[in-house]
Amino acid sequence: MDALVTFATDAANWSGTNGIPTRLVEHLMLALAAVGVATVIALPAGLYIGHTGRGQLLGINLANIGRAIPSYAVMVMILPLALAWAPTFGYDPRLGLSVIPIFLAMVLLAIPPILVAAFSGLREVDRDLVESARGMGMQERQILLGIEIPLAMPILVGGYRTAMLQVIATATIGAILDGGGLGQFIVDGIARRDDGMLYTGVILVATLAIGVDVGMSWLQRRLTPRSLRPGGTARSDPAGALEPTAAQGSAA
Amino acid sequence: MNGRPFIDWDWILAHLDDVVEKLGQHLMLLFIPMVAGFVISMALAILALRRPGTVGPVTLATGLLYTIPSLAAFAVLRPIFGLSLWTAVIPLTTYTLLILYRNIVAGFRAVPPEIHEAALGMGYTPRTRLLRVELPLAVPLIMAGVRLAAVTTIGLVTIAAVIGADKFGGFGQFITEGQQTSFPTKIYLGGVLSVLLAFTVDGVLVLVERWLTPWARVRAARG
Repeated sequence: MDALVTFATDAANWSGTNGIPTRLVEHLMLALAAVGVATVIALPAGLYIGHTGRGQLLGINLANIGRAIPSYAVMVMILPLALAWAPTFGYDPRLGLSVIPIFLAMVLLAIPPILVAAFSGLREVDRDLVESARGMGMQERQILLGIEIPLAMPILVGGYRTAMLQVIATATIGAILDGGGLGQFIVDGIARRDDGMLYTGVILVATLAIGVDVGMSWLQRRLTPRSLRPGGTARSDPAGALEPTAAQGSAA
Repeated sequence: MNGRPFIDWDWILAHLDDVVEKLGQHLMLLFIPMVAGFVISMALAILALRRPGTVGPVTLATGLLYTIPSLAAFAVLRPIFGLSLWTAVIPLTTYTLLILYRNIVAGFRAVPPEIHEAALGMGYTPRTRLLRVELPLAVPLIMAGVRLAAVTTIGLVTIAAVIGADKFGGFGQFITEGQQTSFPTKIYLGGVLSVLLAFTVDGVLVLVERWLTPWARVRAARG
């Protein structure tokens, strides 16, 4: 514990490229960017499947395969490919190539939870409601934006919550490839036998993950339409979207 | 990678004994945490039947453990337990708790109240009712949790390899060694075997579930 205090209170560890703020920003930016790219791919596909009901089996299977593939394996497996192909694209591998496999792994792992949340959230919406909206002459786009998406919001945000945690965990592992982020304190701490650095990394990473999770659960409650909010404490499920069989990403 | 083929099949064939050894280790690191996690979750779920007020705090606590990124969880124990198996087994166990507990509790809750009443009327004591009525009816949801936890654990074992040096990590050790020595064959071998193991174990668990719930086959056939 003394080592932790020494490391965490050393002013040198709070500035520069190896400083705690830099690493934190690196970690968060990478996570947000990965979820952003995954959204571009997964959200339209998920909404299409959910709205039309087509391709559900494909969606479920994709999600299951995604769950079985360990994040660490994905990024390390992309690394040799990236090394081999980078020069053909005129990219010098020496310029911090490791971020590419890490980022790709993060995007790939963020896709299944978003995709599944989008289509299962839409499928959960009462079909009679959608049919009556159609009967009232609402356009498909109006049904999607005005009825389906708002009602699917709790599940959809739950998917993003899983994706964010998955991506934060993967970025942590990315430190093995010298990808930066808060995981770097853990990996370097082990390599240098510096327990203070290691514990600092552990605490920062855990705090970041738990902080994001709490923030997302707040967002989840805020974005849930009033009519869907539980009236009392009937739900004994404080973590929100933790439905027993709901598709949740694996811990990573 | 200098001129060597991307996948060196000869190397793999020459190291099959190594593959078997890592498989054994991977299975051990799956089995111990799963059994430990199941026992703990089942005990907590039975407690939840008696005292429903415990569900909230237990879900919160297991959720918190589940949220911690795995590299941090393995790393935090390394200065304490060094390269002993505890460093891998403890976090692997805590990661199963949320999934297993949630599903066991949901399984118990899915038992309709009429069935409770009927069992009560037939003179079942709370213990026999749990064993003969609630547990069998909860099997599908419990098994869904077991499958998810098993697949998750298999993936997490590979990450344990990062911390485990040459001591533990199952197929993940191929990945770390391959990465450290820039030998792609080992990386792909570790990654592919880990995924294959996850699918195989999942398939076996589906068979176990069918065997445990012969009555559900009719329902499943109806879709």
